[in-house]
Amino acid sequence: MSDVFARPSACPACDAAPAAEALAARAPQRDARLLVSVPGAHCAACISTIERDLARMEGVTSARLNLTLKRLSVAARAGIEATDIVARLERLGYEAHELDAGTLSLTETEKQGRALLMRVGISGFAMMNIMLLSVAVWSGADGPTRDMFHLISALIAIPTVAFTGQPFFRNAWRAARAGRMDMDAPISFAILLTLFISIYETLLSGEHAYFEAVVMLIFFLLVGRYLDFRARAVARSAAQELAALEVPRATQLVDGAERAVNVADLRAGDSVLVRPGGRVPVDGVVTEGQSEIDRSLLTGETLPVFAGAGALVSAGEVNLTGPLQVRVTAAGKDSSLHRMADLVAHAESARMRYTTIAQRAASAYAPTIPILSLGAFFVWLWLSGGDLRLAMNIAVASLIITCPCALGLAVPAVVTAASGKLFRKGLLIKDGTALERLAEVDTVIFDKTGTLTMGTPAPTNLDAQPPQAQRVALGLAESSGHPLALALAKGLRDLGVEPAALETVHEVPGYGVEAIWNGARVRLGRAEWVGATPEGVTAAYLSIGGQTHGFTFADQLRPGAAEVVRGLQAQRKAVWLISGDVEQVVRDLAARLGIANWQAGALPQDKAAKVAELHETGARVLMVGDGLNDTVALSAAHVSISPASALDAARAASDMVLLGRDLAPVADAVRLSKTAMKRIRENLWQSAIYNVIFVPIALMGFATPLWAAAVMSISSISVTLNALRLK
Amino acid sequence: MEVLAVLIPVSLGLGLMGLVAFVWSLKKGQYDDPEGDSQRILDTRYDDKPKPVDEDQRR
Repeated sequence: MSDVFARPSACPACDAAPAAEALAARAPQRDARLLVSVPGAHCAACISTIERDLARMEGVTSARLNLTLKRLSVAARAGIEATDIVARLERLGYEAHELDAGTLSLTETEKQGRALLMRVGISGFAMMNIMLLSVAVWSGADGPTRDMFHLISALIAIPTVAFTGQPFFRNAWRAARAGRMDMDAPISFAILLTLFISIYETLLSGEHAYFEAVVMLIFFLLVGRYLDFRARAVARSAAQELAALEVPRATQLVDGAERAVNVADLRAGDSVLVRPGGRVPVDGVVTEGQSEIDRSLLTGETLPVFAGAGALVSAGEVNLTGPLQVRVTAAGKDSSLHRMADLVAHAESARMRYTTIAQRAASAYAPTIPILSLGAFFVWLWLSGGDLRLAMNIAVASLIITCPCALGLAVPAVVTAASGKLFRKGLLIKDGTALERLAEVDTVIFDKTGTLTMGTPAPTNLDAQPPQAQRVALGLAESSGHPLALALAKGLRDLGVEPAALETVHEVPGYGVEAIWNGARVRLGRAEWVGATPEGVTAAYLSIGGQTHGFTFADQLRPGAAEVVRGLQAQRKAVWLISGDVEQVVRDLAARLGIANWQAGALPQDKAAKVAELHETGARVLMVGDGLNDTVALSAAHVSISPASALDAARAASDMVLLGRDLAPVADAVRLSKTAMKRIRENLWQSAIYNVIFVPIALMGFATPLWAAAVMSISSISVTLNALRLK
Repeated sequence: MEVLAVLIPVSLGLGLMGLVAFVWSLKKGQYDDPEGDSQRILDTRYDDKPKPVDEDQRR
């Protein structure tokens, strides 16, 4: 390492920390804590590149990348914004999204997770120590030695159960008070009854005590709970992250002065400024300025639309070239964005409550546990002619053996393995039941703009243009921030074209760029402004003197789009393409990707109606979309996926989110979900078979604590191993 | 069998030590980023001297 970082003190932080703390206590504004999501980070090199680079950044005190959550936490001086860090990361080549630290209640989830992990650890240690003593008993210790070992086991087991069993007791109590019966009630019953009987047997110097079985039961069940919790916590924090992605700010104009305000505080009649590249925050009317706006998120159209004074704009549209002053007609709850959200909420509530396979298994299984052991108790009471102690012992043995250790692990272990695999591929599961629903899918509907395509144009006919036109076009395009100009400039640069020397270049917002070249006026922009006849496709027009040239553009395919369609068709899924864009564009794309079923010019309601229609015929639909016009269809579909670049309303409505740019994980996810369901079913069968074999043994009175411990650990381990087989 | 009087307290003590170590490591946040920690071992930045204690580690 270089000497730049070397410091005189052996522990510089020790010297600095108290001083820094004192400083922090005095200063009203301490270091800001910024959170940035970095979905592309995956390796040691990523950690050191990012942390090293940010350490060099002015004003940054510390940066730490959490690779598990793919989240960068930065402590920086006040004045450093998350956007600066995002920009810096993007220069390094990492996709990054700003997170609002305020809405991420990290600490709460973290606390819960740690509390659960603490219980797992404590029950694990207690289990091992009791097992140490139990092995001695099983291998032949008897008389006072056995009694003493049992007594010590009891001393370890009682506080352990009291502390680590709390989650089960609490849930059972809550369920009992509400008059419900769930899995935790028989579990709590089994734990407490077994513990009491074991203590009773110990005091009477009995032969069998089940302390290790009780603690082991708690341990395995807690492991299942922890896995389940972690899967849900990741999902929840992801949902919060996504909600936090869009920081709802707007620039309000008050007496000509600009003020940053929350969108929620805007009222009808207020005036807001929308800069080029900014998203229109409200519904309104343009009062001043000229520009083009991109409505693709709302309607799926790829062609930008001209907006001048008097034009209506809606929240969610993107302003492209010139600044616009907009008078608010509807903000917040009344805006078209929110009306769409209401429609989504309605569609969601209409979606049937989905019962998972774990819930079905548990509700079938829960009552059998107490019934079996009660049955054993009475039968043995009658058989033995009233030997209460014998009957009780057999009842406890069958109770502990039937207890669903493996059942508690069967589903969470598989779900954890599967969501971990998908997360590494760049797909985040937001909803716990999504994996299961995904496995049932037989029809996939794709949206076009922003989903199968990037939503960014790429020039298509550059080669056909004369060199002179190319050079002039490059010169003009380089002085504009319009997406078509940017794409054109990049395409021409890639061809090795040199820009022509232009004079007096200036941009006319809403129309194009104008300049003087060799004494003649040249223009690049809209057809009517340039004097060209418009073609049916997205295009920019160049005029040199009286001559015009049309540069056409096509939307770029998202990486992996072709693979995903092929992959899904190979899995015999019906693939649909439904877009709000014009027929020609949609037909071309469908042909290019080999999609036979397509529909163009679809309104949001049409998309939702198509989903409903397919559901009517018995199909299970996976909807993949990103736009506001997809949200209703996303929430109406059986299961839905949206890319991270989607509008937050679309992401909120979908069950899974694609973190990267690549679409290919979608096909993997469908395949993986099928395998995961197979594993879950195998696991459930496995734990059922263990019971079929060992419950009769327990009922006949042959089961010993050794049997119980062996069955419990073998079934739990085999279930976990089976989950890890997931490929 | 007198040896039990020594061995049992010893084994319980060892178990307790393990438990204390676990609780300590949990409280220190050592299980917050297992993925990252497994990769950080490959990082050469702090080979010569340890990383100065910062806010993330003091939590």
